[in-house]
Amino acid sequence: MSLINYASREINCKIVYYGPGLGGKTTNIKYIYSKISPGIRGKLISLATELDRTLFFDFLPVDVGNIKGFKTRFHLYTVPGQVYYNASRKLILKGVDGIIFVADSQIERFDDNIDSVENMKENLAVIGLSIIKLPFVIQYNKRDLPNISSLDKLESILNPMKVPYFEAVATQGIGVFDTLKACSKLVIRTLSR
Amino acid sequence: MPFESVNIFEQDFWEINENLEMLRKQANAESVLLIDKAGQLITSAGDVSEIDISSFASLSAADFAATSQLALLIGESEFNTLFHQGKKLSLYVSVISQSVILVVIFSQRTTLGLVRLKVNNSVKNLEMIFRRIFEKLGTVKEEKEQEFGEDFFEEADSEIDNLFT
Repeated sequence: MSLINYASREINCKIVYYGPGLGGKTTNIKYIYSKISPGIRGKLISLATELDRTLFFDFLPVDVGNIKGFKTRFHLYTVPGQVYYNASRKLILKGVDGIIFVADSQIERFDDNIDSVENMKENLAVIGLSIIKLPFVIQYNKRDLPNISSLDKLESILNPMKVPYFEAVATQGIGVFDTLKACSKLVIRTLSR
Repeated sequence: MPFESVNIFEQDFWEINENLEMLRKQANAESVLLIDKAGQLITSAGDVSEIDISSFASLSAADFAATSQLALLIGESEFNTLFHQGKKLSLYVSVISQSVILVVIFSQRTTLGLVRLKVNNSVKNLEMIFRRIFEKLGTVKEEKEQEFGEDFFEEADSEIDNLFT
């Protein structure tokens, strides 16, 4: 639910990182936080457990700048990936403008990725949204690990809609900004709807 | 309806601001914030310069969303108001038109009773304004197409490329 304020000339959009637990969603957002100028980002809020697993969400506001007189800002959120935090995931999806699905490329996590995609579709349906209509990109993370599924296999199962996808090693920042850029641009294009 | 894009135009915006300022004065509160359910600040009244507004708005929306789910678990459709009491400052949170969250930050200069009373009055006015805003949603497409055309997208792409490198 983008918020467009014509009086104060402000646009706020919400992008959510979705995906299975320990897939790298928080790593993405932490890398972004560490690399962009403090002047254009807000505080990184992490509602996490004592073991640093996301409990509710991570949140990072980023100012894109002034576009045609509109101060434009993206609000980046992650959902908790662990299966039993589904109630929290549903809440974070409310008002979402674009989704980045962070898939874990490791072979043993293949089924977890599929479960998470299905869970995302179900949770979107609950709030009357569909992934078909939302800006959506996929990131295949952990491409540096030895035991990973082939890109073809991941693509054939996880990306039937053929949305933009990116290979990433979020711990090193590889693919992190490319993924965010792609999703941000898609979200901006939905503003005229 | 609650998850449609919110578009606020000049007249509605100033009317909202007037209502918030009036509420702040009448309730003798420190500040008043209006936040959408996605966690984005719509506007505020009073001095909020000491507050990290983005974080505050995001956490307020999350707080309200989580509490609404608690309500469902005990068979309530929603808790319309929340109250968080602190030593110096407290929060009174109320929902408007099921899609906007009103947060009043107040100190011991006032009382919970007065804040509650004045919020109840303001909520009625704000609900009327938001009803109008939501009714307009279907009719703003043309204006949006004018504002957000190809040149807007190109400039946005360029900013995004520069920012995320």
